[in-house]
Amino acid sequence: MDAAVVPGYDMVITESREEAAIRTLLQGVVDPDIPFLTIEDIAILRGIHIEDSGAVTITITPTYSGCPAMDVITEDIGTALAAAGYVDVSVELAYSPAWTTEWLTPAAKAKLAANRIAPPGPVGVVAEILCPSCASDAIRTASEFGSTACKSLMVCTTCGEPFDYLKAI
Amino acid sequence: MNTITTQSPLATYIVRHADDNVIIGQRLAEYISRAPELEEDLAVANFALDHIGVANHLYTYAASVDGGQSDADALAMMRSEREFTNLLLVEQPHSDFGELMARQFLFDAYQVGLWGALSESSDETISGISQRAVKEAAYHLRHSSGWVIRLGDGTQESHDRMQSGIDRMWRYTEELFFSDELDQEMARAAIGVDPAILRTDWERVVDDVLEEATLTRPSDPYQTGGGRSGGHTEHLGKLLAEMQWMQRSYPGMTW
Repeated sequence: MDAAVVPGYDMVITESREEAAIRTLLQGVVDPDIPFLTIEDIAILRGIHIEDSGAVTITITPTYSGCPAMDVITEDIGTALAAAGYVDVSVELAYSPAWTTEWLTPAAKAKLAANRIAPPGPVGVVAEILCPSCASDAIRTASEFGSTACKSLMVCTTCGEPFDYLKAI
Repeated sequence: MNTITTQSPLATYIVRHADDNVIIGQRLAEYISRAPELEEDLAVANFALDHIGVANHLYTYAASVDGGQSDADALAMMRSEREFTNLLLVEQPHSDFGELMARQFLFDAYQVGLWGALSESSDETISGISQRAVKEAAYHLRHSSGWVIRLGDGTQESHDRMQSGIDRMWRYTEELFFSDELDQEMARAAIGVDPAILRTDWERVVDDVLEEATLTRPSDPYQTGGGRSGGHTEHLGKLLAEMQWMQRSYPGMTW
């Protein structure tokens, strides 16, 4: 058995070698809106289960209620597993506990920053947002609602660069 | 064709909340590209997406509760006006941005309380969907309150139009707290919430914002209801005609 830590659960889950192999396969499935983040990076991959019959159930959790990426992700999971020979695959949605940006791994936040998207701070406090280009904290909100449900559009008043901020929720 | 009517009390209860969200989502979507500024187009589109997303999750769950004979698309697109059980407030059209924000604000203040209460539901799926939705309702309310205050406490023109928006929507607010047998049955089972208990918090939020906005709380004695049992204002039929025409014209279409 291998151990995997799922954010949001205060425990380490154990999974079989084959389930761990599927976890590795799913590293090829990305968020279509933020394609440098895998579904594991953004913590929407909640579980991998293989029945004795060979049927595979992948559990994911929705981010925003209307996030259109969920349908694409569901399809991409099916495609990735079919390519590896898994034919009996179902993708289930788990609603509870509700997804939060607190589950993003430090690695995911580092990837966001490296791609010029300011990562979310802690939920419920006024976050210190730093410009991903020049690290200035002189930031103005250009639009609370941005290119996708999960982002706001910000502008750095020091270097003048506009950038996305992944909202803390 | 699928049977569209809900069978179980639980599915009927879930669908009324889904109906509220798909209808206000459609109303908001009508406004995309007509907002006073680009940032507001983004906000309106974002809110519409949230509401339609919540409706999609709830319809899907209602269909599964009833044994999978129906699905979210059929519930949203193939039911007629009298089969929709949304509140009358959400189907009201808006003649300007002030009316749109008045409707949104009055509804957001209700939904923050509703989803908060339903987050405690003994039904795990309702609770999970509500835990997600309450976070979204909170930022909707923050945004719509901001506009009510900004326009109410703005120029004479913006004040008058914001007041007129609140006045226009007010007669549909009593219905938010009407409680029928199904509400009470679901509340007794700890699955749902009796809407009557949401009133105190709603009034506090609404009164505080109206006061800060220098607006007057309307004293309209005429209040109406009936949406939960399928009795609607004339506006819903026209909204559905636009929302449903493609699925009605080409049943079962996909792309």
